[in-house]
Amino acid sequence: MFTKPIHTKLLYIVIFVAALLLPWYVPDAYIFQVVITSVIFGIAASGMNLILGYTGQATLAHGAFFGIGAYGVAIMTEAGISFWLALPAAALISAAVGLVVGVLTLRTKGAYFAIVTLCFGVIAWIVAGNWIELTGGHNGIYGLGDPTPIPFPFFGPIEFTTQTSMYFLSLAALLVVLFALYRLVYSVFGLSLMAVRNNEPLADAVGINTFATKVISFVAGNFIAGIAGGIYAIMMASVSPSATSYLLTFNFLIFVILGGMATLPGPVFGAFAIPVLMEFLQFLQDYRHLIFGALLIAVIIYFPQGFVGGLRRLNQKIAARRKQKTSES
Amino acid sequence: MELFLQQVFNGIMFGSTYAIVALGLTLVMGILNIPNFAHGHLYMLGGYLLFFFAITLGLGYWAGLVMAVIAMAVVGMIMERIVYRPLNEQPHINAFIAAVGSLLFLESFAMVVWGAQGLRVENPYPQMIDFMGVTMSVQRLLVIIGAIVLILGLHFFMKKTIAGATIEAVAQNREGAMLTGINVNRVSSMTFAISAATAAVAASLISPIFMLSPAMGAILGMKAFIIVILGGMGSIPGAIVGGYLLGLIEALGGGYISADYKDVFAFGALILILAIKPTGLFGKGEV
Repeated sequence: MFTKPIHTKLLYIVIFVAALLLPWYVPDAYIFQVVITSVIFGIAASGMNLILGYTGQATLAHGAFFGIGAYGVAIMTEAGISFWLALPAAALISAAVGLVVGVLTLRTKGAYFAIVTLCFGVIAWIVAGNWIELTGGHNGIYGLGDPTPIPFPFFGPIEFTTQTSMYFLSLAALLVVLFALYRLVYSVFGLSLMAVRNNEPLADAVGINTFATKVISFVAGNFIAGIAGGIYAIMMASVSPSATSYLLTFNFLIFVILGGMATLPGPVFGAFAIPVLMEFLQFLQDYRHLIFGALLIAVIIYFPQGFVGGLRRLNQKIAARRKQKTSES
Repeated sequence: MELFLQQVFNGIMFGSTYAIVALGLTLVMGILNIPNFAHGHLYMLGGYLLFFFAITLGLGYWAGLVMAVIAMAVVGMIMERIVYRPLNEQPHINAFIAAVGSLLFLESFAMVVWGAQGLRVENPYPQMIDFMGVTMSVQRLLVIIGAIVLILGLHFFMKKTIAGATIEAVAQNREGAMLTGINVNRVSSMTFAISAATAAVAASLISPIFMLSPAMGAILGMKAFIIVILGGMGSIPGAIVGGYLLGLIEALGGGYISADYKDVFAFGALILILAIKPTGLFGKGEV
């Protein structure tokens, strides 16, 4: 049973239990806030991983769709709509905009696609800062209320006023998204995503509708970004144009690449490890992007599979070696 | 009419910058197939290096300009060697991600070394000339003249020298160029040096007019990309015409339509054009 040095299932169970118990051993409210933000960014990075890692399309508009979700929830809850209705609605708006943008831009390839999506990202950022009637301009929208309590039999209503409840809300969303992505990636459709990534003309030749595949992946990824943005808005109780900024996109990119492209745990790991690490290395704050810029280059050249991918490879190599040894003896 | 002429003058001045920056980008992008997304940030670094040589070391404007250009040529060669050459044989998406990495690195580098607040390079030629009702400062005229000199010089280099011919040969057919004995790696290195050096020229010419800031490269880099894509990858005339056109459109559009949204029109136009013709207006192949 323990042929591999890292037993994956056991590891996941340990992490899951640790995540469930986190509110009881987290040192202070500030670190807790960092952790919740990491969970939300983990959701968004997972969405980007679907487009970038599995389908091979270098989208640089992910921050924009995150922002659409955030503004969607902010504007709708301001208008008096319940958060539980506003969140899926905002994610759907995000997906719908993603559909329009995807149909327009996915005919382009490679670097062209990246530039065009970045252009859209900058447009969203400019609009968020200047459409004052809708978005509140550069000040954004603030003072959002908490989500309405869910009525629950026997225990009474579940309230969403504390940090702990917000943490479990985002954790639940992360788990749902990861499960959905797991089902998606390991389905036949997931195989066609990877076929498009690995060799688009070949995928086309074996009868995959490559354009539709890319559009569906793009829309699904942006739907996830919208969910993450919506939860982010309600967690921060405010939203400002920085939630649509392309710097956010670059942060997601760092999480996905350093954590491990085209692995499900990779982006989540990246979204966790990097901000938490930065909190403990406060004195490096000014050098943050200096370090991560250089790391991004080094990782993409020498370890394109990222941290989780690299670990996985190492794990398999050691397991294969042990197997060989036992069969020899 | 005078307002119109003034706007046209400003448009040509901005267009000169755009044309030079797009020229450097189109060289590496069309010729070596490398999407150097950090090109705008090379421009930014060029401006700061001018500040460093001209003001911090006190060499004066012209000596500072020459030093900045030489230093940037070296930076371009280092970048090609460290970042892009190892990614030659890998999927293009990897080179692009590496470009984002270098962009973050350069911007943060400028932030750490020179600080986030803007810096000013003192204007060496603050005199004003009044011509047909249009006021122009000598420095602004210098931007326009400098751009013309640079474009002519580069044209001469590409068409009349052997080094220029090797660049063109690699652009037309990489394998063929290798077979005739051209050292493709040396050509890439040279192209990156030229590209970064031209960006430094543009930044040096314009930095006495505007403040330097670490973020100034991002939007300019994107505009250069738009120009290159619309003008055709690797097309030098396309980059020049596109640069001047974008400068004029912005100056006139900023004056007559909303100034807040002027970038939205440029970027929106790009999305629409690429949706209709995914390889760009005059594009030949794919990236």
